[in-house]
Amino acid sequence: MANPSRLHIPRPTARPGDEPDFSYLDLSPAGSIDRPSVGARTRDLEFLSAGLVRVLDDDHEAKGPWNPDLDPEKLQIALRWMMLNRVFDQRMWQIQRQGRISFYMEAFGEEAVSIAQGMALRSGDMCFPSYRNQGLYLYRGMNLVDMMCQCLSNTRDMCKGRQLPIMYHFKSGNVFSISGNLATQYPHAVGWAMASAIKGEDHIAASWLGDGSTAEADFHHALTFAAVYQAPVILNVVNNQWAISTFQGTAGGERRPFAARGLGLGIPGIRVDGNDLLAVYAVTVWAADRARRGGGPTLIEHVTYRAGAHSTSDDPSKYRPKDEHLAWPLGDPIDRLKEHLIKEGHWSEKKHAKLEEELKAEVMAAWKEAQQYGTMTEGPWLDPSTMFDDVYADPPQRLESQRRRMLEIHQQNGNGDHS
Amino acid sequence: MAQMNMIEAIRSAMDVVMDKDPNVVVLGEDVGYFGGVFRCTDGLQRKYGEHRVIDAPIAEGGIIGAAIGMGLNGLRPVAEIQFADYIYPGFDQIVSELAKIRYRSCGEFFSPVTIRTPCGGGIRGGQTHSQSPEGIFTHVSGIKTVMPSNPYDAKGLLIAAIESDDPVVFFEPKRIYNGPFDGDPEKPAVPWTSHPKGEVPEGYYTVPIGEAEVVQQGSEISIVTYGTLVHVATAAAEKMGIDAEVIDVRSLSPLDVTTLADSVKKTGRCLIAHEATRFGGYGAELAATLQKSCFYHLEAPIARVAGWDTPYPHAFEWQYFPGLKRMVAGIERVLETTA
Repeated sequence: MANPSRLHIPRPTARPGDEPDFSYLDLSPAGSIDRPSVGARTRDLEFLSAGLVRVLDDDHEAKGPWNPDLDPEKLQIALRWMMLNRVFDQRMWQIQRQGRISFYMEAFGEEAVSIAQGMALRSGDMCFPSYRNQGLYLYRGMNLVDMMCQCLSNTRDMCKGRQLPIMYHFKSGNVFSISGNLATQYPHAVGWAMASAIKGEDHIAASWLGDGSTAEADFHHALTFAAVYQAPVILNVVNNQWAISTFQGTAGGERRPFAARGLGLGIPGIRVDGNDLLAVYAVTVWAADRARRGGGPTLIEHVTYRAGAHSTSDDPSKYRPKDEHLAWPLGDPIDRLKEHLIKEGHWSEKKHAKLEEELKAEVMAAWKEAQQYGTMTEGPWLDPSTMFDDVYADPPQRLESQRRRMLEIHQQNGNGDHS
Repeated sequence: MAQMNMIEAIRSAMDVVMDKDPNVVVLGEDVGYFGGVFRCTDGLQRKYGEHRVIDAPIAEGGIIGAAIGMGLNGLRPVAEIQFADYIYPGFDQIVSELAKIRYRSCGEFFSPVTIRTPCGGGIRGGQTHSQSPEGIFTHVSGIKTVMPSNPYDAKGLLIAAIESDDPVVFFEPKRIYNGPFDGDPEKPAVPWTSHPKGEVPEGYYTVPIGEAEVVQQGSEISIVTYGTLVHVATAAAEKMGIDAEVIDVRSLSPLDVTTLADSVKKTGRCLIAHEATRFGGYGAELAATLQKSCFYHLEAPIARVAGWDTPYPHAFEWQYFPGLKRMVAGIERVLETTA
């Protein structure tokens, strides 16, 4: 019986068993979108939120006004970072499947976002990442062993066993701590950027969240504050089409692109091919330059695809076609940069395979080292009494009493007995 | 010494700290040009400029979220939430972020935000301008919760809060902004000039967070309270002609257990009083803590006087507010019981 309600229930174009269908995506040919000056008036930039900035075309050639003309050496470095991100993720995923870490999240298919933006920002710019931005930590120089030890909650864990795997923090690299609560980092980035401007510094801030999280109030708070004070901040929406099992339409992406979310507030939006490292790099440089010149915030929507599961706790075959990612019209970010470099004569399949082996060996060596600091099943163990540290700068006496009590109980029972 | 009401004392605290530390900034709804709906920031924008005293959009989650980001970048933000009843849109930012950033990053990151917010009833504010949600915040590890009961403490505690590297939620009982209030709305208003704690140094001083104050010494009963009810408690004891010890908790978290327990051990009787709703409230924590440390000294069960477990009704404000009659009845109950 037909439902008499006129309520629109958003549904993805394909569910398990269906043929993948990305006909809903608006694509622009590579090189077809103008590159306005960074000082352009916001009202003249609306086209950027409707089109799709692409540099690499289907034949892997770099085209158009957004081509950043990066040196081949720099592109090889970018390729290496994206590959390291993927190799690292693949290894950690396997490690989780072996039961040696509790949880993991991979950036499979979205590596260009973190790496290109890491390259486009300055080291003094502050990053407020989401949980799929491990590439930022890697690019900013976080040690692989440190990242693995965090995931292991072992004696070298930067989080001292307090945080789920992947929730890194990296003060010296100017990358903030990851929260499990979605979108909360967005207003932090705006406040950080406001402080930078208040102090007369030219550092900017950047933050990332997914298409799903744009529905959170913090997204809207952040956009409002960024627009009101023209804060020097880049706000990124990584539209990977899926928020666990709900597609981007459930977050409100069916009628207008997420890049257009800021237009009502006067925030320019750029919709970019998120699997095109050159395009992501170029739009980020543009937005950073605009912010540094006092032009205020830019919202960047990265059109990409979450090729993997949401997390190790997720099984996407339950809600979307198997191998849907193979039909994704914007391809794979690593393959595309690799093919571009090969086409330009600066790379080869052989070099690529060799690099991949080197990276796997590097990750494997790091894993061997990381395990020496303890695993979930084998010591050495973190001192559980450290759970009472860092709750406050100036801790209340009750925490010390509780620490003593916990130690009394657990020393009686011996280590590892959690009864 | 100057005479100040609580509004002037709070303003003076911000003025003194802003003058001392260029990283202190104030943000909130109407705090800038206008100086705040309760006038607590009056004149600060003229003195320190629009970059340090910032009129914010009406988005409490945004105010607190942006303040956290400012704090992460070296500023020392003082965020005003216009009424404590409006704090809930910022609750996630307070509980999940502000309170936990230091812990989750093992001390690498922290944000020393102070959140000032007027609380409590007695001003005909109805249920959306009268709440006392302090117990919701004392329950959260990683933040400190403070509520002064007079101008001297308000200034000293606020300076200590702003200078603290820990986040502080600073509740201002708005019924006593302009004068102490004994719980009887029929009586003419009394100004702070009539009260010794209306004398406030003009310069810098702090009242340490984590210390309760014995407001008056006594031997028959310990009345453990804070905020507006400190004045109701002293008035009730005076009216009854009893020798009550009245303790102003003022720092709800961290809690000065020693001062409270010493008093209860001495008197053997304890009444806990707060304006907030009773069930699951902060008074329950006080009762449990004091029962544990003073059990063998108690001559009667610890009792509570609190707001009814309803929203704050506009037309029945004085039936809701735990005023003199309820305080007297509570004291009688504790005094009449024998172990």
